[in-house]
Amino acid sequence: EPPSPRRARGSRLLLALLVLLAQAPGIPAKPSPPLWPMPQSVKMSPQLLHIDVETFYIDHGPNSTAGPTCSLLQEAFRRYYDYIFGSYKKRYDIDESELEPQLEQLQVSIALESQCDCFPNESSDESYSLLVQYPVAFLKANRVWGALRGLETFSQLVYQNSYGTFNINVSNIADSPRFSYRGILIDTSRHYLPVRVILKTLDAMAFNKFNVLHWHIVDDQSFPYQSVTFPQLSNKGSYSLSHIYTPSDVYKVLEYARIRGIRVIPEFDSPGHTQSWGQGEKDLLTPCYNERKKAEGVGPINPILNTTYTFFATFFKEISEVFPDHFIHLGGDEVDFTCWASNPDIQNFMKKKGFGKDFTQLESFYIKKILDIVTTLNKSSIVWQEVFDNRVELQPGTTVEVWKSDNYFEELSVVTASGFPVILSAPWYLDLISYGQDWTKYYKVDPLNFEGSKKQKQLVIGGEACLWGEYVDATNIIPRLWPRASAVGERLWSPQNVTDVQDAYNRLAIHRCRMIRRGIAAQPLFTGYCPKYENKME
Amino acid sequence: MAGSRLWVSLLLGASLTFWASAVWPWPQYIQIYSQCYTLYPNNFQFRYHVSSAAQPGCVVLDEAFRRYRNLLFGTGSWPRPNFAGKQQTEGKNMLVITVMTAECNEFPSLESVENSNTCLELELQPSWPKLLLLSLEGHQVSRSTEDNFFPCRSSTKIKDFPRFPHRGLLLDTSRHYLPLSTILGTLDVMSYNKFNVFHWHMVDDPSFPYESFTFPELTRKGSYNPVTHIYTSQDVREVIEYARLRGIRVVAEFDTPGHTLSWGPGIPGLLTPCYSGSLPSGTFGPVNPSLNSTYDFMSTFFLEISSVFPDFYLHLGGDEVDFTCWKSNPNIQAFMKKKGFTDFKQLESFYIQTLLDIVSDYDKGYVVWQEVFDNKVKIRPDTIIQVWREEIPVDYMKEMEQITKAGFRALLSAPWYLNRIAYGPDWKDMYKVEPLGFHGTPEMRNLVIGGEACMWGEYVDSTNLVSRLWPRAGAIAERLWSSNQTTDMEFAYKRLSHFRCELLRRGIQAQPISVGYCEQEFEHT
Repeated sequence: EPPSPRRARGSRLLLALLVLLAQAPGIPAKPSPPLWPMPQSVKMSPQLLHIDVETFYIDHGPNSTAGPTCSLLQEAFRRYYDYIFGSYKKRYDIDESELEPQLEQLQVSIALESQCDCFPNESSDESYSLLVQYPVAFLKANRVWGALRGLETFSQLVYQNSYGTFNINVSNIADSPRFSYRGILIDTSRHYLPVRVILKTLDAMAFNKFNVLHWHIVDDQSFPYQSVTFPQLSNKGSYSLSHIYTPSDVYKVLEYARIRGIRVIPEFDSPGHTQSWGQGEKDLLTPCYNERKKAEGVGPINPILNTTYTFFATFFKEISEVFPDHFIHLGGDEVDFTCWASNPDIQNFMKKKGFGKDFTQLESFYIKKILDIVTTLNKSSIVWQEVFDNRVELQPGTTVEVWKSDNYFEELSVVTASGFPVILSAPWYLDLISYGQDWTKYYKVDPLNFEGSKKQKQLVIGGEACLWGEYVDATNIIPRLWPRASAVGERLWSPQNVTDVQDAYNRLAIHRCRMIRRGIAAQPLFTGYCPKYENKME
Repeated sequence: MAGSRLWVSLLLGASLTFWASAVWPWPQYIQIYSQCYTLYPNNFQFRYHVSSAAQPGCVVLDEAFRRYRNLLFGTGSWPRPNFAGKQQTEGKNMLVITVMTAECNEFPSLESVENSNTCLELELQPSWPKLLLLSLEGHQVSRSTEDNFFPCRSSTKIKDFPRFPHRGLLLDTSRHYLPLSTILGTLDVMSYNKFNVFHWHMVDDPSFPYESFTFPELTRKGSYNPVTHIYTSQDVREVIEYARLRGIRVVAEFDTPGHTLSWGPGIPGLLTPCYSGSLPSGTFGPVNPSLNSTYDFMSTFFLEISSVFPDFYLHLGGDEVDFTCWKSNPNIQAFMKKKGFTDFKQLESFYIQTLLDIVSDYDKGYVVWQEVFDNKVKIRPDTIIQVWREEIPVDYMKEMEQITKAGFRALLSAPWYLNRIAYGPDWKDMYKVEPLGFHGTPEMRNLVIGGEACMWGEYVDSTNLVSRLWPRAGAIAERLWSSNQTTDMEFAYKRLSHFRCELLRRGIQAQPISVGYCEQEFEHT
C-alpha cells in the first residue's frame, strides 16, 4: 500500500500529544530541558525560582570588561528582555510558585577584552557559562560573542506557568560550539529578498546559534549588489532598480548581523554563474560562437583578457572594503565549457598556454589569478569543491566547501588529507523539499563521519544549510528555512553524542513555537499546535 | 511620492500580450482587439443595467463592486484626471452588469449558473457569474513603476462559463488549527481563482475544533484548546457568509467512522474500545457501530450540522477505516455473529448505510470518499463519490470509470494533493491532468462534476498555508474552469507567473514558480 498522507500515524500522533504535555507549563520536561541547540553540559535542579517582570533586570557584572558603553550588549539585553517577557500578561490568580525564591537579576560578565565594537570572525570565542541560582544568575564569557549565545540560552530556560508567572530552574550550564563555522546560505539573485526578510533571517539565525550568513548575492539571473565603482552592474543587471542592495542596505545587514554575533560572507561566484554581470560590464563574458561565427549568447567570464583581471582587481578591492569579514566566497562551481570551446580566441589561447583540450586547466588558470588578487587584498577565500577537484593551486588556508551530494564523505576525506579547511553543505540543501519530516535526515548527518586522522577532522570547520533561490522568495523563505535549518544548527553546535531524534523532536517542537512567539513564521514539524500563540501569525 | 500622476497610454503591441497573459483561469472565449481604453480610477464605476434582475441593494454585487474597485485601484482617493491629453475614450468608463436571475440573497448551489458575457460594456448572464467576471477584470489593470496605474485596457470580448460545476479546495482544520482570518483570506484567493467550493475538513483524529451547541463537550475535551483553538457558531456563520458573497459554497466534512479519535473524550462510549487479549487496552478505535447509542448521537449531531450548514451537501467521509480495533473487541465480534457478517467491510457498510439514512432524512445530499463505493455500501443514486487514492485499489482514472459506470457522480482529487510537495514546478503535473481522461460514454463523463485540490494539514498551518497553496492550486482551478483545449504549457506558465505577481499585488503570499521577480514583492513578514 502506498504511503497515504491521510493516514494518521499512530505513534507520531502519540508523540505529538506527548510534546503538548511537555509544553504544558508547570510540568517539567522529563527527558531534557527544551533548549535548542543543546548545550555542551547542562545541570538542572528541580528547584524553581520565580521572576518578577516588574523588577527583574539584566545588567553588566561589576568586574566585566564591558559596560554600558557596549551597545552590542545593551541592545542584546533589551532584545532578550522582550523575547522573555514579550507575551507577558499578568493574571491575578494565586500562584504558589510565587512563593519560590525570586531571581532578581542576570549579571553578564566579560572576562577578556570584550570585542564589543569588533566584527566577529572565524576564531571568535563563543563559549560561555551560565549559573542560575538565588538571587542572581551569572552569565560569564570571555568575549561578547559568548555572552550573546548565553543570553539566548538563558531566554530559553525561562517559561511561563499556567498562572502566568515566569519561572526558571536552578541550573548550571557550560557551553561552547562544536564547530566554529555554522552557516546559512541565502540566494538573492534567483529571487530578490527585501532587506527586511534578510534581517528576519538573521534574527532566526541568532535563535539557533548560527554565526555565518553566506550571502550568495549575485548569479546568472540578477545582479542586485550596487557597486560604487561599477554602478552599471546593478543598473543593468538587476531585475529592476528597486531590486537592488544599496551600500546602506548592505551596511544595515552587516551591522544587524554583527550585533548578533553573525559574520557576513559575500559570495561573488565566477567564472560561471555570471550572466547578469555581462549586462553592465562590456567584454567581461566570453562571446560564444556557432560554427566559427559569433552567436548571440555569452558564456562564463572571459579568462584570456587582461581587462578581465584589472576589472576584478578593482571590483574585489571594493568588496574587501565593504565586507569586513576576512573571507570572501569566490564560487568557482559548475563552469560550462561549451562556450569557451566554441570561441576561436580561447582556442588559440589554450594552444599558446599548452592546455591542450583540457578546459579545467583554463578554469584553473583563471581561478588562480582571482585567488591571487584576493590574497593581495589580505583576504582569504572560500571556494566550491570543483576548484579543489580541478586541481587549482590553492593558497594554504583556502577553505573548500563540499556541496555535491555524491560521496561527500569521501570528498571530505580527500580535501582534508590535502590539508585544506573544509565546510560541509552537501547534505543540507534545504531548497530540495520533500513530503514529511525531512529535518530528521539533516539531523542524522555527522560531518566527521569519514575516514581520516584526528588532524583531518580538525580541518572540518563546520557546515552550512543552503537555501537556493529558484523557488524561494520573500513569500516562503521563512517557513522553508525554519525549523528545518534548526536541525543543522544543533548538529553544528551541540556535542557529537546529541543524536536522539525522539528527544530532538520534543525540543524542536517547543523551539518552533518559541520562534513563532518571537515573530518567525516557522512551519510545523507535524500535527499539533502552539499553545496560545497560534493567532500571532495572522 | 506626491508627484503628479500621469495617465499613460500604453503602446498597444506590448500591452496586449501582457493583459491577456495575466488572465487566470483562461476564459472559454476571449477576443482581444487592438483598440485600447483608459480606466480612470476616480470616475470608473460599476453599474447595473436597467434590464438587470439585480439592482442596487443586491448585497452580493454591491459588495463585489467595492471589493473589485479596491483591487483595481487600491483604496486611496484619486485626483481628477487631466483630460487635456488624447487618451480619453468617452463613455467607456464603466462596467455595466446585467443579471438574468438575481439570487442575491441566496446561497450558491451545485446548480448555480456561472456564465458570463463580457464586452467592454458588458452584459451578464444569470446569477453567480458576475463575481467571476469581476475577478477577470481585476487582472487587467496593472501598476506602473511609478505607482500610477496603467489605465489602458484593451478592448476585449469574453464569453465565459465553467467547464465543471464543482471546483473545490479542501482545508484541514484538525491536524492544525487555522485561525479564522486565514480561512477568510483563503476564500478571497479562491474567488480570484474562480474556485466555488470550500470543502471544510473540520475535524479528524487530532482535534475537534467545531463548537457544537448540542454537544459542547466535543470541543471542550477534543480541541487543542477549548478557548482559542475552536470555531464558534459565530465563526462558522462568518465563514459561510463570507464565502456566499464570493459565490463559494461551504461543504462541511464530518468524517466517520474512522478519523474520529478526537470525538472520543467528549462523547464517552462513542468509540470502540480496543482490546489487548481479553482486556480493554485503554485505547480506542473507530466509532462503535454495534451500539444504538451511536446512532442516537449521530442523529442528533447531524441534525445540528444540517441546520448550521446551508449547503445541500454534507461530506460524510468514510475513508481509511482501520479494522484491527474492531477485530480485537469481543462485543463487536458478537455483534458480527448476530448480524451474520463475515467480513468487517460488511460492518463498515452497516454503519455507513445507517448514517446515510439518517442524513437523508434531513433532506441533505452527501459526498463520501471512494472507499464507501469500493466497499460496496448501498448508497443513494445521487451520492457523490470523491476519488482520492492514486493507485489502490485501481488507478484513479479506472476508479473514475467504475464510479461513473455505476451511475454515480464523481469528484476527482487523487492527483491534486497539494500537501504533497516536491522540488520544482510541480504545478505542471497537476495542470496536465485531464479529469475526463478515462474510457466511457458521454453519459459517464457527464457524471464527473468536477474536482478538488486538497491541502491536508499534517505539515501545514498558518505559517506556510498560503505560500503552499498559491499559485499551485491555481493550476487545478484552471483545469476545472477552462476548456479542455486550454493545455498549452508555455502559455499557462506565462499567465501563471503574471497571475502570481497579481496575487502579490493584492497582498497574497503566493510563492514563485520559477526564477524572476514581481514589481511588487511580498512585503509583510
